[in-house]
Parts: sequence; C-alpha cells; structure tokens
Amino acid sequence: MSTPLVELNDISISFGGIQAVDHVTVDLYPGEVVGLLGHNGAGKSTLIKCLSGAYQMDSGEIKINGKTATINNPRDARRYNIETIYQTLALADNLDATANLFLGREIVSPFGMVSDATMEAETRKIMSRLNPNFKKFSAPVSALSGGQRQSVAIARAVYFNAKILIMDEPTAALGPQETRMVAELIQELKRQGLGIFLIDHDVHQVKNLCDRAAVMKNGQLVGVVKVDEVSEDDLLAMIILGKKPEHLAA
Amino acid sequence: MADATDAKAPTQRRNALQSLEIDTRLLGMIGAFIVVALVFNVLTEGRFLTPRNIFNLTIQTVSVAIMATGMVFVIVTRHIDLSVGSLLATCSAVMAMLQTSWLVGEAMPLGSAALPWLAIVGGLVVGTLIGAFNGWLVGYLTIPAFIVTLGGLLVWRNVAWYLTTGQTIGPLDETFQAFGGISGTLGAQWSWIIGAVATVIALVGLFSARRTKITHEFSVKPVWAEAVVAIVVVVGIMGFVWVLNSYDLPERVLAREFQAAGQEMPEGYREAYGLPISVLLLIAVAIVMTVVAQRTRFGRYIFATGGNPDAAELSGINTRLLTVKIFALMGFLCALSAVVASARLTFHSNDIGTLDELRVIAAAVIGGTALSGGIGTIYGAILGALIMQSLQSGMAMVGVDAPYQNIVVGSVLILAVYVDILYRRKTGA
Ligand SMILES: Nc1ncnc2c1ncn2[C@@H]1O[C@H](COP(=O)(O)OP(=O)(O)O)[C@@H](O)[C@H]1O
Ligand SMILES: [Mg+2]
Repeated sequence: MSTPLVELNDISISFGGIQAVDHVTVDLYPGEVVGLLGHNGAGKSTLIKCLSGAYQMDSGEIKINGKTATINNPRDARRYNIETIYQTLALADNLDATANLFLGREIVSPFGMVSDATMEAETRKIMSRLNPNFKKFSAPVSALSGGQRQSVAIARAVYFNAKILIMDEPTAALGPQETRMVAELIQELKRQGLGIFLIDHDVHQVKNLCDRAAVMKNGQLVGVVKVDEVSEDDLLAMIILGKKPEHLAA
Repeated sequence: MADATDAKAPTQRRNALQSLEIDTRLLGMIGAFIVVALVFNVLTEGRFLTPRNIFNLTIQTVSVAIMATGMVFVIVTRHIDLSVGSLLATCSAVMAMLQTSWLVGEAMPLGSAALPWLAIVGGLVVGTLIGAFNGWLVGYLTIPAFIVTLGGLLVWRNVAWYLTTGQTIGPLDETFQAFGGISGTLGAQWSWIIGAVATVIALVGLFSARRTKITHEFSVKPVWAEAVVAIVVVVGIMGFVWVLNSYDLPERVLAREFQAAGQEMPEGYREAYGLPISVLLLIAVAIVMTVVAQRTRFGRYIFATGGNPDAAELSGINTRLLTVKIFALMGFLCALSAVVASARLTFHSNDIGTLDELRVIAAAVIGGTALSGGIGTIYGAILGALIMQSLQSGMAMVGVDAPYQNIVVGSVLILAVYVDILYRRKTGA
C-alpha cells in the first residue's frame, strides 16, 4: 500500500485537568476523505488543531508523506500545504472578504504594497465558482450572513492549492442547497487527489462523502471504520456507546 | 452556496453622498471642526480665523498629532500606551544632552553642522529601542500593555530627569530649532512650489486609482463625483498654503535681519512665513502612516489582529512580533515628536510632554479609533488632535480659565466617544 499523506500517531493533549485528546492514532491517504465523528467535546476540533498548528500536542507524532513533521504554529502547517476551515471560521470581522481570503498571504507589488485590486479580482473569480450569488466584496465580513461567511472561509482554504484539507463542521451555518454545493466541492477536491479530514455531525452525510470514519469519545479513539462496512446505526452506536460494532470488533 | 439574502442587486439609486464615496465619519469630523472654528471666531471677534492664529494652531498640534498616528496602531490592536509623554521626555533629554554635552568635544565643538543631526538620530534610536522593549514585554511576556506603559510612564519621566540631573538644557542648536515651527519655515515661494507638487501628486493618485479599477472592471464613481473630489483636494491644499503664506513676519524682525546684513530695508517690504517645517514633517508622517495602514502587509496585519487576534494568529501572522513592531514604531514617533516639541521650546525642560499621553489617546479616540480594536484611521487621529488643540487655544483666547478648559476638553472627549457609539450603532459598522 502507498504511504499515507498524513499519519497522526498516538496524539495526546490536555488542558489543565482535561485530557482533550488521549493517545489517538488516525491516518489519511491522498484522494481520501476521513470523517471525524463524536459528541460535542469529544476532542475532534482539538485533534485537528494539532495538525493545523493552532495547538501543540503534549505527546505523539505527526508524519506527512511518511516523514516526521514539526508543526509548531499555523505558519508551519501552511508550509506543508495544510489548509483549515475552523469551526469558528477564524475571520477578521472588520476586514472585507478579499482581505480575509488573502490574510497572511497577500499579493504584493514589487514595492511591497498590497495589490488590493488584483486580490479582489481573484476573490471574485473563486467566489463565482463557490457562491455565485456572493456580491459583497467590499463590506466587512461582519456584515455578511452566516452562509456567506462560511463560504469566505471555504474559499480561503481551497484557493491556495491545499494538499491536506481540514474541514471542521463546514456546513454548520448552511442551508440544504448550500450544503449540497459543499458536498460537490468535497467530491471534486477528492478527485484532484487532496486528502480531507471532515468533521461533521451528520452521520448520513459522512456515510455519503467519506471513505472512512474515525469516531471519538471523551478524547479517546473508539475506532476507525470503512463506511461501506457499517450502517448509519453502527456509526451512531459507536458515537453513543463508545464501542466498535460486534461484526467488526475482532 | 446560493444565498437568498444577497440576491438583491445593487441597482438601487445611489444618492449624491454615496456616489462621492466619502467617509461620512470624516465628513462629520470636518463638520465638527468647522463648527468649533466658527464659534470661536465669533467669540473672539474674528481673531480665531486669522492666518496668524491658524499658523500657531497648526504648529501647536504637530507634536501630539505625530504621536496620535502611532497611537492609532496601538489602540487598533487592543493595546494602549500610557508612556508616550514620558518617552518623549526621555528622547528629548537624550537629544538635548547629545547636542550640548555628550557629543561636544575637540572633534565636534558646539555649532558643528553634524551635531543636531547626530542628536536626532540618537534620539530616534533610543525612542525606537524603548518602544520595542515595551512591545516585547507586552507581546512575548504577555504583560498587559496598560501595566507595562503605566510603569513606563513613571520610569521614563524619571530617566529623563536623571539624564539631565533635573536641569533645563538649552539653548538647543539653531538647525535643530528649525523643526520647532516658527523658526523654521519655508517662505512663500517654496510653500507654493510644494503646494503645487502635492496637488499634482494627489491628482495623479486619484486618476491612477480610477484607472486600476477600470482595468479590473470594478465599478467606478461617476466622472462628476471624481471631479468634485479633485476640486476639493486642489482647493484644500492650495487654500492651506495660501493661508500660511498670508502670515507675514513682523516688521521689526525683518528690520533686524536687514540691519544684521548691513542693508536698508526697502519701504513696504514684506515676507511671509509659509509652511513650517514641523507641519511638513507631520504631513509626511501622515502620508507614510496612511500608506502603511492601507497598503502594506504590516498595516493589514495590524487591523486583522485588532479585529480578531485568534484569526490573525491562525492565518499565520506572528502577532507577538507584530506587537513589538507596533510599539517600536510608537517609540520612534515619540522621538520625532520630541524633536518638534523641544525645538519649539528652544530648550529641553523636565516637564516636556507631561500629560501628552492623555492628549494623544484623546486625539486618537476623538478621531474614531475604537478601544475595542480593529477600527481607526490616521487622518481621524490628526483631525482629533486638531479639534482638541482648537478647543484649548480657542478657550484660552476667549479668556476661559485653565481649569475650565480642562473640564470642557474632558467632557468633549466623553461626548465624542458617545456620538461615535451612536454612529456605529446606526450604520452597523
Ligand atoms: N483551549 C482550550 N482550553 C481548555 N479546554 C479546551 C480547549 N480546547 C478544547 N478544550 C476542551 O477539550 C475538550 C474537547 O473539545 P473539542 O475538541 O472542541 O471537542 P469537539 O470539537 O469534538 O466538540 C472539551 O472538553 C473542551 O472543553
Ligand atoms: Mg468542535
């Protein structure tokens, strides 16, 4: 079998007395979507934040393309072409969509001046693909609806040619039609060979979009299963009971 | 991700103000300034809006205004700097000591051409380093800026005292004094030339901004709106130069100059002050700081960090180093203000810059900088400084006692912030 794109080996991190992630191991292959499931507070966001550089794990190892990777901050993660859509979206509300999309990676002129016009043109291009109705390019994102804000966060993650994409509840603020568009986007990115971690509450959605699902409970990994080998009820049982289904338990 | 709410196209008729794309807040502040000026002009029977008073007003505003531009960045990132007045004093002390004592010796006697410049460089370096140190305490050691700079307020005021052993140092070098205002002006001819150059640059800027928009097929203002803005800019710049060029040197000063040159002063001879170098310095600072705020990554990161520090960090911005840079810049500007302030006095005194921290913060806040972070403009802070100085000078001219002046200025600060809150609530900005 080929080398995994990402290997998270035995990751642990605690905050004060809380063991938020407890010796979790999961991997991700190119062109694969791995769903992360679990109740609120299970540790899903914390786990992926170790990969995105937002948190530093207490122990464990991250490998990218089989090589040990040091990710101490979000800048390091970007160097490995890891892009993240955070659950909180992580937008600067006082800036417009363009400034947010290019934040930390502005296009600059030879004199070191930010090229706002060029960046806005790029933003218009990608938004016309992701959200054709998006028109508010010069309003601060605080003036946008939840769905529009979410599409800005998604645009930012996919614009920069990510190889590894982390999506933490990307459809939380979206209606049914918008959710369908995100699903199509995920399938397209998968075809392009990206590896995607998808955190989602909707078991049905996970079963449709993901190749494998990793279930967490109280910071621990319950198990990783191929979605074709389990039913939605099996997944729900894993989330609630914290045990692998009988027929796979061996 | 179609969204029903943004489907309504922007085809509604734009009113005139929207076509001009002028910041209504800026308009409000200019309006407030004009009201203040007109009221005082009536109360002083026309003495407030004379070229002489406008000249004095501008040179009195420079020192606080320069620091206020830096304070905008500090406050936008949700910090505060209470030490700017004391920092100004330390920088002023350093520069005064450098040019009157430390650097003076056989190789460089008093009056040497290099002396004032070396003193200025020394002061700027010291200011920048102290600012960077403050920023390091705030950014890397995560001590709240309020505490760091409250401590700094005491520390640097008294370091200044130590450096001069509490003495007034002066008179300062004559070249150095040229940065103070009245003793360093360009005269009518050069003022006109600079005004004309500035006008041309501004017009070229407006034109090229429009062209950039057109190449990217973005919507542009109607031509009439563009023309109105251009006319306002031209009239503003040239009007300002005209006012300053209308303030003549007193006859006795001219007579003394001619006498010193051993010549007879011609009948009816007059000479205008023109643009003070200190005002030119403020304009340069304003332009550079505006460009930094709007057109550089540094500026972009300042506003992003102010809007959402976590988002900035997650976007790969090194917010700690950013804090160091912001405070270092603040320190540099304090040193620059120290040049202007001590040059205006013609000597360094112990109490130089006392209470400036409050004036500077007030100027930034009156100018629309939000203490909650993420919002603020350079021109706003400068206008804020100008409004405060106008109130203070105006009241002094009317003969209001100093304690009452402070009561009014304090009340205006609170009122201005309240109006700002109402404005934001209404516009949802
Ligand atoms: N920065 C933090 N400080 C303290 N506790 C945290 C922090 N981040 C997460 N936690 C805790 O870690 C646990 C896992 O949270 P999280 O990863 O957000 O769960 P999930 O994303 O699965 O809903 C929770 O108990 C949460 O309170
Ligand atoms: Mg979460």
